[in-house]
Amino acid sequence: MSGGIFLTKSIKKYFALFALPTILVFTVIFIIPFLLGVYLSFTEFTTVTDAKWIGFGNYVKAFSNKDFLNALWFTLQFTVVAVITVNVFAFLLALMLTRGKKGTNLFRTIFFMPNLIGGIVLGYIWQLILNGVLMKFEVTLTVSAKYGFWGLIILMNWQLIGYMMIIYIAGIQNVSKDVIEAAKIDGCTRFGILRNVTIPLVMPSITICLFLTLSNSFKLFDQNLALTAGAPSKETSMLALDIYNTFYGSVGYEGVGQAKAVVFFVLVALIALIQLAATRRREVEN
Amino acid sequence: MKIKKLLGLTLALTLFAGLAAGCGNKNEGAATDNSGANGGGNAPATAKAEEIYFLNFKPEIAEVYEKIAKDYEAETGVKVKVVTAAAGTYETTLKSEIAKSEAPTIFQINGPVGYQNWKDYSLNLKDTKLYSYLSDQSLAVTSEGGVYGIPYVVEGYGIIYNDAIMKKYFALADKAVSVSSMEEVKNFDTLKAVVEDMTAKKDQLGIKGVFASTSLAAGEQWRWQTHLANMPLYYEFKDNTEYDNTVLAGLASNEVEFKYNQNFKNIFDLYINNSVTKGGLLGSKSVTDSMAEFALGQAAMVQNGNWAWSQINEVDGNVVKAEDIKFLPIYTGVSGEESQGLAIGTENYLAINSKVSPEKQQASIAFLEWLFSSDKGKAYVTNDLGFIAPFNTFNDNEKPADPLAKEVTNWMEKDGITSVAWTFAAFPSEEFKNVFGDALLQYAQGNKTWDEVVTIFKDTWKAERAK
Repeated sequence: MSGGIFLTKSIKKYFALFALPTILVFTVIFIIPFLLGVYLSFTEFTTVTDAKWIGFGNYVKAFSNKDFLNALWFTLQFTVVAVITVNVFAFLLALMLTRGKKGTNLFRTIFFMPNLIGGIVLGYIWQLILNGVLMKFEVTLTVSAKYGFWGLIILMNWQLIGYMMIIYIAGIQNVSKDVIEAAKIDGCTRFGILRNVTIPLVMPSITICLFLTLSNSFKLFDQNLALTAGAPSKETSMLALDIYNTFYGSVGYEGVGQAKAVVFFVLVALIALIQLAATRRREVEN
Repeated sequence: MKIKKLLGLTLALTLFAGLAAGCGNKNEGAATDNSGANGGGNAPATAKAEEIYFLNFKPEIAEVYEKIAKDYEAETGVKVKVVTAAAGTYETTLKSEIAKSEAPTIFQINGPVGYQNWKDYSLNLKDTKLYSYLSDQSLAVTSEGGVYGIPYVVEGYGIIYNDAIMKKYFALADKAVSVSSMEEVKNFDTLKAVVEDMTAKKDQLGIKGVFASTSLAAGEQWRWQTHLANMPLYYEFKDNTEYDNTVLAGLASNEVEFKYNQNFKNIFDLYINNSVTKGGLLGSKSVTDSMAEFALGQAAMVQNGNWAWSQINEVDGNVVKAEDIKFLPIYTGVSGEESQGLAIGTENYLAINSKVSPEKQQASIAFLEWLFSSDKGKAYVTNDLGFIAPFNTFNDNEKPADPLAKEVTNWMEKDGITSVAWTFAAFPSEEFKNVFGDALLQYAQGNKTWDEVVTIFKDTWKAERAK
């Protein structure tokens, strides 16, 4: 008991000291740039060191810009499709690879590997592959926004499935054998076990995976830039790419780009928080 | 439950953190990447006013600048840090580099429009020797009596052709045209007849297409949305007699008619219909691809400028001989184009950063004066950089010897030939060019009609000018 009090006391005493480095780093590379970013969204500037306050003008311009709204719509479509496909495939793979079959470890490694390659590299590799396939039909990725959209979906699946699969595998392995055995004795079918036992018990993994795919799809940038760069005519630019293009692409629009980034941040934060709250309600204690 | 709450909080924080870095830190991130990739090796900690920083625009000659910098340091003790922006990212790089404490002291602007972006950073160079060296001082970027940009190279572009293939064609017994050499091709109709007949006989000629691919991949469209678009607008602004210069007329135009759009369409259709590559595949082609096609003898013609010589020359398996490389003006079917020459001008102006210390400004000017007036510097400019430099410090025997640069000089000196001015300096913005380039891609792929492209061209000009 006295040890406990001593520990609490020293934690209180040294808390500041031990947390300081992290807080310092966090402030310097996250909080300050973030606040600076919000401030800059209300200003007109060419370089970040000399800015002139102009109020909400940037936000008005951002929302009256049809590129931004197009990018928002494209991003939403992409996110919905990507979240569903990535999670379904990852979960199926995880189910297959937790049956204790031969070579399980090898396959887990192979499926995980694409995740280790950077987005830009993946984007260019897939651009070559997809253009190579489309060559047979005498078109390229840039011919229609549809090709770019499905190209991005394939790329995203290929990259993220392995990672999500690992999280699902961990979740599935955590499901107690006793519960499954009990269900079997009660005469539950395999599908029944999956639906009524496994899925409710891996709900925490689902929460994490949904969160990760959702935010990753929404924030997608590298892959988008490398695969299509928005072609044709910006029809496949997603929000992050549109922000980048606004910031660097048109002179005098740096502030508008910054305003778009702030709107983007609020959107992603909102969606992610709603999703977290929604899935967490479905979690049950193991 | 507590664990889960903590988990939720951690996830939320990770998200905020990632995003904050995403929107706030963008600039610093980009800048670091850049110097890491390009200038990492030459940024010592002992930087005094003894070091100047040149942000180079032309990746194809980056290595030469490194050599020049070494030589200059050996001679004068002043260190020149050369950083090269990757193709198409100059403005981006400049924007992040100039915000640093060790900012570029010499940078490049692309003309009167570019000067508007950087006027707060450009030093008045009126009293420098460098300005006095200019053989034609009207070429400089001036504003309200001050001189802010010094052109350092004159360039020309047109249709580059391989004379060996052309001779082979003109020697054919069953050719359908009456002309028998490229000298007789003086207008669009003749060019079209020749090109279309060549396409019909491409197997006999051993080529895959008359023109190298019309590169329309993202970032590879400048030959069309800037250079080719120059032709119709040059004629449109020339019709405006209020101004004696097409750039000034262009800068004063808040709207354009795109009066000569049919002429643009003429030549653009000719390019894509007689190309090595089918229309649907052009969206994946880069400038390098099409220069390689030309160098390997798969195509007889390619639209590009004299800077392309090194690219042609360096392709592995290059079959084009230097003496066979010739220039043809870009004929588009405008009446009286028989006297039209190549498009000659510049969009490369050097500017000195007005926000660095006066010592650094002086050191930077001294470096440029050395480069363009000392024997050693001039030798580099002529032989290694291959510039046709517009300075009176260069003698006739100090002009570059590569075949395309020679052709540019020849065309400039031909009697009765008027060069087309580089009017694209008056285009409203990069965004305008990119939107037009994207529309051209859509047109080439068959997703947009020509009328839609014309509308996009006019609307974007108006919208971008109004910004």
